[in-house]
Amino acid sequence: MTVSFLILAILTVAGTAAAMGLRNAVHCVLALTVGFAGVAALYLQLGAQFVGFTQIMVYVGAVAILAVFAIMMTHTPTPVQLPAYSPHWFWGGIVAAAVFAVLAWAIRSGTASAQALPPQPDINVQQIGDALMHRYVLPLEIMGLLLTAALIGAVVIAMDRKEEPK
Amino acid sequence: MSSLQSYLLLSALLFSIGLAGALTRRNAILVLIGIELMLNAANLNFIAFWRFGPTPSRLTGIMFAIFSISVAAAEAAVGLGIILAAYRHSRTTDLDQMNSLKG
Repeated sequence: MTVSFLILAILTVAGTAAAMGLRNAVHCVLALTVGFAGVAALYLQLGAQFVGFTQIMVYVGAVAILAVFAIMMTHTPTPVQLPAYSPHWFWGGIVAAAVFAVLAWAIRSGTASAQALPPQPDINVQQIGDALMHRYVLPLEIMGLLLTAALIGAVVIAMDRKEEPK
Repeated sequence: MSSLQSYLLLSALLFSIGLAGALTRRNAILVLIGIELMLNAANLNFIAFWRFGPTPSRLTGIMFAIFSISVAAAEAAVGLGIILAAYRHSRTTDLDQMNSLKG
């Protein structure tokens, strides 16, 4: 465990915890971008540069902007401030803490402890492109189909239909 | 504690934060963001196991993470579209006020 890992871990956890804890939804998404950027920096630290930059482009660039747009489009000023948390927030927190406890116990008692860090693999984008075009070409095509279907489906679902005259 | 374990613990913590958000927030968009956080935790696991695995030159973990990010992006687009459609119908994104299936 290195100092850079500690710094990035604290940044990531602080960003995501603020994203789930703050009252104002726009502030939540801003804190979320910090958390996503921290995860991207962890990918870079692990030697997965391509995934790190993909994370920045997709999550920080697209998903967070999309969430901000959705929050602003659905913003309704109410005279009474609605509570930000569900009335059963206590039980939700208990369940999440229990899940973390079980996962941490499994990780601590697992056999992954003896692994030393292998030497940095020499991965460049050309190898990733070769793999995507040869070995993983069928998953790539299916992913393209899925993204097209999701794009059309999202537009159709969110489209403002006028009632057709009967 | 080895460094693989510390990455796995961080990923478990991210997952729990996302789960807590998805279970306790009332805003539907923030619940969706909590689900995105859980997917991110899974991606971090893929990359950590790839890096500490025996054959990182086979790129398996990177491929898993790339496809998982694509699926998460599609899920976010469709989910936000559904939230917008539900908002147009019921004029709220508060999950405790969306309590009827029939409009």
